[in-house]
Amino acid sequence: MEDILKVDNIEKYYGSRSSLTKALDNISFVVKKGEFLCFMGASGSGKTTLLNCISTIDKVTAGHIFVGEVDITKLKGNELNKFRREELGFVFQDFNLLDTLTAYENIALALSIQNANVKDMETKIKQVSEELGITNVLNKYPYQMSGGEKQRVASARAIVTNPKLVLADEPTGALDSKSSKMLLERFNYLNELGATILMVTHDAFTASYANRVIFIKDGKIFKEIHKGQDTRKEFFNKIIDVVTLLGGNLNDAL
Amino acid sequence: MMLYKLSYANIKKSMKDYAIYFFTLILGVAIFYVFNALDSQTVMMDVSKSTVELIDLMMTILSSVSVFVSFVLGFLIIYASRFLIKRRNKEFGIYLTLGMSKRKISLILFFETLFIGILSLIVGLGVGVIMSQIMSLVVANMFEANLTKFAFVFSTSACIKTIIYFSIMYLLVMIFNTYSVSKCKLIDLLNGAKTSEKIKLKNPYLCIIIFILSSIVLGKAYHMVTAEFLTLQKVTDILKPIIMGVVATFFIFWSLSGLILRIVQSLKKYYYKGLNSFTLRQFSSKINTTVFGATIICLMLFVTICLLSSCLTMKNSMNANIRKFAPVDAMFTQNMNMDKYYDDYLRYGYNDSQIKNSHYTAKEMFELFNFDITSYFKDYIEVNTYATEDLTMNHTLGSKLDSIRTEFPFLAYDTKEPIMKISDYNKVARFYGIQEYALNSDEYIIIADFKSMVNVRNIALENGEVIELFGHTLKPKYKTCQDGFLEMSSQHINTGIILVADNIVDEEYLFQNHLIGNYKTTNKKEIMKIENNINKLDEDLKASVYLLPSGSTKLAIKEATTGLSAMVTFIGLYLGVIFLISSAAILGLKELSESSDNKERFKMLRKIGADEKVINKALLRQILIFFTLPLIIALIHSVFGIMFAVKILEVFGTDELLPSIIATAIFIVIIYGGYFLITYYCSKNIIKERY
Repeated sequence: MEDILKVDNIEKYYGSRSSLTKALDNISFVVKKGEFLCFMGASGSGKTTLLNCISTIDKVTAGHIFVGEVDITKLKGNELNKFRREELGFVFQDFNLLDTLTAYENIALALSIQNANVKDMETKIKQVSEELGITNVLNKYPYQMSGGEKQRVASARAIVTNPKLVLADEPTGALDSKSSKMLLERFNYLNELGATILMVTHDAFTASYANRVIFIKDGKIFKEIHKGQDTRKEFFNKIIDVVTLLGGNLNDAL
Repeated sequence: MMLYKLSYANIKKSMKDYAIYFFTLILGVAIFYVFNALDSQTVMMDVSKSTVELIDLMMTILSSVSVFVSFVLGFLIIYASRFLIKRRNKEFGIYLTLGMSKRKISLILFFETLFIGILSLIVGLGVGVIMSQIMSLVVANMFEANLTKFAFVFSTSACIKTIIYFSIMYLLVMIFNTYSVSKCKLIDLLNGAKTSEKIKLKNPYLCIIIFILSSIVLGKAYHMVTAEFLTLQKVTDILKPIIMGVVATFFIFWSLSGLILRIVQSLKKYYYKGLNSFTLRQFSSKINTTVFGATIICLMLFVTICLLSSCLTMKNSMNANIRKFAPVDAMFTQNMNMDKYYDDYLRYGYNDSQIKNSHYTAKEMFELFNFDITSYFKDYIEVNTYATEDLTMNHTLGSKLDSIRTEFPFLAYDTKEPIMKISDYNKVARFYGIQEYALNSDEYIIIADFKSMVNVRNIALENGEVIELFGHTLKPKYKTCQDGFLEMSSQHINTGIILVADNIVDEEYLFQNHLIGNYKTTNKKEIMKIENNINKLDEDLKASVYLLPSGSTKLAIKEATTGLSAMVTFIGLYLGVIFLISSAAILGLKELSESSDNKERFKMLRKIGADEKVINKALLRQILIFFTLPLIIALIHSVFGIMFAVKILEVFGTDELLPSIIATAIFIVIIYGGYFLITYYCSKNIIKERY
């Protein structure tokens, strides 16, 4: 499998010289195409900063991030926007749907920003909404939907453009357990269809749906485990073991 | 003390939201001061007594306009503060959860209003004082007066008045704020921001029906004020189309808000292009809730456009009219053969000897008073008019009289028509530099320029009505009235003069003698001296025995007209500016606060990869639509409004309409466009991403 993302010794500092915080400290890893990777860590461990750096929302202090052949730390201004809209898909904890648009229009927006052909739009949206099971809410507004539906619409918006990478920041953070499970199963399904997913969470249950989990502590990679041939349940137990090893710092792990 | 600090910090923090509001307040205060201080500018001008009287009258009118203006500004301030409070619900919610009493929150608001009030008054008055220095040049120009000296003027009375009026307004705002704080509930305050507005799509069919219905009502209202203009007899008749127009405007906005989205949505290619769907949704979600505001703004713009363009037209036409209708320096008219209608003149207030001694021409009469008027003239002419009971409007209208009488019952049909020899008229025409005429001895021409009278007379002329005069039968030479006049004036007021051949006129019926001339001097001061001397003749004892000629002079006409035109211009400008800045400020304020709400939305658009350029374009479009939609409808209204105004202003002449409309357009583009640009740049700044 080809490498889709290569993170090379990145560092991110916050604050001034007198009170320096190392949010990310020398992190390197490689993501292959078709992987479902999860970052786990406590609040403040740097996992969201890492995701923000990969998504170019934030800038690294040192190091390089390659998506395909492109070093995205060298991109500027509209190149960044172009990269984001063509290579990335986002799913946020608080959905970030536009409340004035219907579900259909929210999904369509991702396409129309890319100046996609209007004719193809409908088939694409239809396909992706079937994959995520949201065909019945397409004409509803965000305020008429449940949290789970909103998140699946957001996910549909993230993948409808066929991005190289789907980035999900605590996608289940605002969902009840039933909706979480449903969403994660959809993620698995999308992953099987070929999407590369990068997810950030502090929830072991959510993490257990991934193929690989990287634990982050104080801005450094603490440990990395692979699912391999394990069942989800077994993988979940392995994750819990690591969480325990982390010293129970993941205070709200399941 | 803590409350005081909090309010101070709040104002500093929300300066971005407040800026346009604050700016408008300053402008409002400044304009209020400038127009109330207009009279103080006259101290440095060299003006006559009659002009001073006119300025006094103008000030009286302007101060009543000021009351109205303060209502408009009061409305703006209350609207704006209600709006700014709403935006701060969450902040108040936090205060309440921390245990602050509602009374204290009211106190915070009180301090804020106080701060803003005092600051805007001080700065506004400062700006106003500076502006009124510039204004003095305009005033001087308006009254065509020389600036004798340039002095720094400060009107204490205007200053005090401004402070009192605005203090009352701010006091009302404080009361209003206290009331709205006392009514709010904590849960609503805290959740206020989160409960996103429910988007109800209106039924499209209902929208279409309402739209068509309101268009019909609007069309009817337009028709009533233009085509059916003559049926509007009483002042109250105009209320009906106005109410129809207002209601129809409201429903047009209501239905448009539902329709525009539907229409564009059906244009899939356009709707799903770039951020169009976002822009449109944003727009329609807002117009749903602001139909009322849009209506008010549209109507204010409409009033502004009509007011400004008609006031400017009036002013320009009046000034042009003086050049046209007062082409020479002076005209003296002497009533002759008054004893022929002894009783009538007695009734009019002339005494016995004046009536009996009425066989002198104007020139002879002046000589009788030992005043050699002609020695002051560079050149002069003398002409006569004639009149007989046998030729009144009853006769000239002939067979058409009855039908005209039913349509216009109030015309003076029994007034004797003035008659002039064609040679006399041509003498005048040559002297005035206007059109001369020729006719045969069996023909007559009617000279008139007062439009409604021209229309009435044309009905008869069209019919070829013949008249009987001094034993001759005359037929009309033209089928319409011809342009021209005898009396100098500031407007089209010639209701009709009958021109006939010289040889048929009976000197018995000599009615008035006119002495028309140009002074040797062109110096205004010297002319004033001559005319003062003429006016002094009235004090001569002989004046009770002999009737002095009545004079109308260019200078007097000019003074009366400039006074009136200045008045009209200032009132128009005053109201126009206030309306314009109020409506533009409301729009700007609304857009700016929307932008802070939209900050999150734009952030999200950036995250999914929209270019900065595309985002700015979306923002620009959003604000542009919001600013132009009320303007477009106001413009459509104005077309008919101006048509209506033109009919009302007919007597002043409306030849100067186009330049006035252009001036109005420039004015609106600058102020409204200025507010638009400020709003756009501030919004852009608000939604800008900051790392």
